[in-house]
Amino acid sequence: MTELNEILLEVKDLKTHFHTKHGVSKAVDGIDFTLRKGETLGIVGESGCGKSITSLSILRLIPSPPGKIAGGQILYKGRDLVTLPDNEMRKIRGNDISMIFQEPMTSLNPVIPVGEQIAEAIRLHQKMSKKEARLKAVDMLKLVGIPSPEKRAKQEPFQLSGGMRQRVMIAMALSCNPEVLIADEPTTALDVTIQAQILELIKELQARLGMGVMMITHDLGVVAETCDTVAVMYAGNIVEHASTQNLFDDPKHPYTRGLLASLPKIDEDRDELYTIEGSVPSAYNMPVGCRFASRCEFAQAVCLEKKPDLIEQSDGTKVRCWMYSDEWAGAKPTEEVFN
Amino acid sequence: MLMFILRRLVQTIPVIFGVTIVVFIIMQLVPGDPAVLLAGEGATKETIEALRVQLGLHQPLYAQYIDYVTNIFRGDLGTSLKNNQPVLDEILIRLPITLELAIISTFITVVLGMAAGIISAVKPYSIIDTVVMILALLGISLPSFWFGLMLMYGFSVKLQIFPVAGWDSMAHIVLPAFTLGAGGAAIVARMTRSSMLEVIRQDYIRTARAKGVKERVIIYKHALRNALIPVITVVGLQFGALLGGTVLVESIFAINGLGRMIVDSIRMRDLPMVQGGVLVASLVFVVVNLLVDILYRFFNKRIELN
Repeated sequence: MTELNEILLEVKDLKTHFHTKHGVSKAVDGIDFTLRKGETLGIVGESGCGKSITSLSILRLIPSPPGKIAGGQILYKGRDLVTLPDNEMRKIRGNDISMIFQEPMTSLNPVIPVGEQIAEAIRLHQKMSKKEARLKAVDMLKLVGIPSPEKRAKQEPFQLSGGMRQRVMIAMALSCNPEVLIADEPTTALDVTIQAQILELIKELQARLGMGVMMITHDLGVVAETCDTVAVMYAGNIVEHASTQNLFDDPKHPYTRGLLASLPKIDEDRDELYTIEGSVPSAYNMPVGCRFASRCEFAQAVCLEKKPDLIEQSDGTKVRCWMYSDEWAGAKPTEEVFN
Repeated sequence: MLMFILRRLVQTIPVIFGVTIVVFIIMQLVPGDPAVLLAGEGATKETIEALRVQLGLHQPLYAQYIDYVTNIFRGDLGTSLKNNQPVLDEILIRLPITLELAIISTFITVVLGMAAGIISAVKPYSIIDTVVMILALLGISLPSFWFGLMLMYGFSVKLQIFPVAGWDSMAHIVLPAFTLGAGGAAIVARMTRSSMLEVIRQDYIRTARAKGVKERVIIYKHALRNALIPVITVVGLQFGALLGGTVLVESIFAINGLGRMIVDSIRMRDLPMVQGGVLVASLVFVVVNLLVDILYRFFNKRIELN
């Protein structure tokens, strides 16, 4: 039995690069985080910031070529997944660490009944007869709240709605009681009402099964709803790593502040939302300095010359910004700037 | 599924009528008067006229058509003008030979084509892939009459492994079946390869990998079944092309099948034989299409009959 607070996953200086004819794209460029038992870690950022590549890297599902884990370690209970032989890695996938994907519509095999797809996962990792696995699959469908699970188990994915397919994906992911669940934008493709149900379901099952959950999302609402800690990613780096409470109460990195400021607020009447000017630098040609500097209104000379490290603050938040270093001479940002 | 098969069966009825109309009209368009031909040189006008009445050629077209269809349903495809044998009897002797040739060729098409396609797709852009795809390109480009003659020259004349021509033993079947199946195999190989490569990129393959499924199982269980859906259609169409191909191959290898019978009958202006042969070949094609649709539906339950 594992203890609470036990570290399940420890990612150290992970680098995932894509070698294409345009050059090397450093999609994930040196990120660190840990995930503990029972914890929900949010990874947020806009499209292309490397959050999905991070999650796929953990299960070593990066399409290779062109993708490659170029450096770093992914320690699962102390074992480095990066160097694990393929057959050992297969035993981890779906069993110790499982994953839910963004697109429930296309993530299930269209010609295999859903019950069988779940049973396949069970039989891969547990010694069970076909019949037992099929019964377990029905139980899993029941667990994720699918009505008349016996009937549904025999149906093909096209006979199920998007919300139901995502429930099937969750049932499949949880069928072997994984220690870690990676949810890659699990609700992005779903209706708002279904989104809430699915998040609620993941939370409830996490509480019951005690998994560590990595919630990959671009939706700060989802983060507020589900996560204990959050890592904000920008252009392949983590720029702020904080508890959810701190992130929303006292965002530090100018990018995080921009993200929060660009959310519509229910108690304000505004015609235009705040936008972060400029665009993300090309992954093929990253600037030497801070990657956000070109869009940052506080940027100084130092920001363009040297890349900042993650600097730990008194409240435990880590932030990758020169403003929070001792040598910073420029103006400190105030709340008003973003309002 | 049963409903699907029933509905699909009902749908073939108008198709079959369409076939009879087309076959009938084509023969009307063929130049030359069968009555003149049958009466022979130097026949009197009266003899020709009498023959015309006997053959029903004096009636208006629609009446001739109705006669024609009614007779078909009675199992009467007419009488050969050449040897006065019932056309149906002649066809029934030759059809099994052609079907055997076509089925064995299709088998070669499917097995060889899919195997080559899968081998290529598993290691795309590798040396094996390149070799297989060059062979496939050759298979598509070489005309079957030339390919057949080359096989005959190589394996029968030079190496003397297989008999030159005829249809008596399994050894006789090999070269014609391969000649006929090679082009299809090449098309199926290319189709299977591209379909597999397409499927392997799909999200559900990633899901299978995330479950910990072995790469072999991913290829054969998760990918192949999905990849086969477009391939089945191609195989069905190939079978139709194959029936056409038998005409050439049967002529080259002197096989007494349906295709050669049609060619010979055209040369003899044996109208009822041509009509009967083409009709039966068309019906076989319709039946094969029906089977392909049912198979297609079996592999892909999302297909709804519209």
